[in-house]
Amino acid sequence: MTEVRYAEATRTYPGTEIAAVDKLNLDIGDGELLVLVGPSGSGKSTALRMLAGLEPLDDGSVYIGDRDVSDVRPRDRDIAMVFQNYALYPQLSVAENMGFALKQQGVPKEERTARVRETARTLDLEPFLDRKPKPLSGGQRQRVAMGRAIVRRPAVYLMDEPLSNLDAKLRVQTRTEVAELQARLGVTTVYVTHDQVEAMTMGDRVAVLKDGLLQQVDAPGTLYHRPDNIFVAGFIGSPAMNLVDVGETRPLKLGDASLELEGEAAAVAGNGAGRLTVGFRPEALRVVADGPLKAQIRTVEDLGSEVFVHVTVDHLGQSIPLVAKMAPPFEGELEDTVALQIIGTTHVFDGGGLRISSSRAGLR
Amino acid sequence: MSQADAAVAVGERRWVNQVLGLLAWVTALLFFFPVFWMVLNSFKTEQDANASPKFFFTPTLDEYREVTKSTSGVLSFSEAYTNSIVIVLVSTLIVLLLAIPAAYALAIRPIHKWRDALFFFISTKFLPVVASILPVWILARNFDLLNTRMVLIILYLGVNLPLAIWMLRSFFQEVPHELIEAAEIDGASLWGQLRSIVLPLAAPGIAATALLCVIFAWNEFFYAVQLNPVDGSTVPIWVTTNISTRGDFLAKLSAASVLACIPVVLAGWIAQKRMIRGLAMGAIK
Repeated sequence: MTEVRYAEATRTYPGTEIAAVDKLNLDIGDGELLVLVGPSGSGKSTALRMLAGLEPLDDGSVYIGDRDVSDVRPRDRDIAMVFQNYALYPQLSVAENMGFALKQQGVPKEERTARVRETARTLDLEPFLDRKPKPLSGGQRQRVAMGRAIVRRPAVYLMDEPLSNLDAKLRVQTRTEVAELQARLGVTTVYVTHDQVEAMTMGDRVAVLKDGLLQQVDAPGTLYHRPDNIFVAGFIGSPAMNLVDVGETRPLKLGDASLELEGEAAAVAGNGAGRLTVGFRPEALRVVADGPLKAQIRTVEDLGSEVFVHVTVDHLGQSIPLVAKMAPPFEGELEDTVALQIIGTTHVFDGGGLRISSSRAGLR
Repeated sequence: MSQADAAVAVGERRWVNQVLGLLAWVTALLFFFPVFWMVLNSFKTEQDANASPKFFFTPTLDEYREVTKSTSGVLSFSEAYTNSIVIVLVSTLIVLLLAIPAAYALAIRPIHKWRDALFFFISTKFLPVVASILPVWILARNFDLLNTRMVLIILYLGVNLPLAIWMLRSFFQEVPHELIEAAEIDGASLWGQLRSIVLPLAAPGIAATALLCVIFAWNEFFYAVQLNPVDGSTVPIWVTTNISTRGDFLAKLSAASVLACIPVVLAGWIAQKRMIRGLAMGAIK
């Protein structure tokens, strides 16, 4: 049983004022695959390195199981890490790379060889055991790096963007393999990525970080459908959620059309004062034959299975971009004037960016 | 891509490259010729060596026999060689033993104020050797170190150490940091990280550094002649003993010089093989 817990964990790099990771509180369950996601500089890698012991804590603690490991050396934390560039030892063969940690632990040679062989078999690495890492392909090197972590049978796996050096197709394939492998091994895993698709598809739960602050940690579906704030709403999902600043006017208006929220949300959003932002996913916005909101087509992205229609709308005297997701075939040309309707969930965020309601809505 | 392919880059004129190549050869031959002439002279008799320059002669090893013959009361070849080998090996070994941890502390886990430390090391080389000789001589005399191997070992150690630290530091910096972190997580101790990761990867750099230390210590003349004129003298001093004020000595001196050059050339050859092997391994990016 290995849970991982960050308790008020803080790290400020020397010579900087702002904490790279600021009072992080996060509980990771036994056997869970938790994905840390965020843009560059969000502190996700730092958070992982704090757990690895490669980055000291300035405040707070990190627990692995019941043990406070804040001041424990990396080698005594019973963790294995997969690095972005794999960090394979170039002078050692694949087998020696995989067996390196076992050798350090003083595992007898026969057992070491057996364990390396067994792991190599599960990862299809047996033909390469005697080779050096250099001539291997990116995918093979990535598997060696995974194998080096797996063979140790540690309490926690740490993965720092392990797929980002692979080409797009291999990345999708490996993504599934890694998730399956993790589920089979049942070892608690913390996985860092900047790719939100990776985060959504792999994580049992996903923690979104921005500027060193934890924004939300939830199951992928929850992050997508009930984002806590504007940042999460905009970060998760591709293309991003349409976010429109509707100002302080009530009732809510989008361009010339009025935005009518259903249920309690109408009261919540309608009664409050202050600036509001509404957000709706591309799939909630439709290009329709006749509708209340007029727009101009900017670009049409036809992906075959779906079509993203990028339009501009006149709103509060400005031209703002919106994206609608349509089922093919889509008939429409650049510069065409079309009508829009919202059919789906619309989120309302307050002036501080926090979500105050989510409900079905429509334009009238 | 072979060197011949690499020689002509796109847009360059072939004849320009040929002229430049020819120029390089001429320069190289100009530099090499004195060495070649020295080797040639060493196989001549004194008469041949001192006659008008000739390429064709009956080679003889007489002068080699002559210079390696030991005469009592004079610094002998074997004595000088033994002294030099001991002084060079011991000083270089200690230099590496001290410089490797120092370079590690400056490159891989930079200590507080590492810039100041680095500057301090190199600042010890600012003082001209001549300016230091009097205090060094007095100290050596007071500690009873004149005419001993120890005094040269200490001095060569001191002279080579700053250079070695600077060189090794830059080579250690080339070792990807993730590798050291990976080793750290994999359970390697500080010594384990150094032995299994840093040293093998920086081996070409270490070989280059050791080579420079060996070359300096082997060739050093000024300290040796000032401090060890009687005992504990090194090969460069022995070479000068073959200069005679009476008669011809060109062939003899050439033979002595060739013997003095051989170990350095050998060391260079061995280090070069090590360096190329390391580079071919792709250890250093």
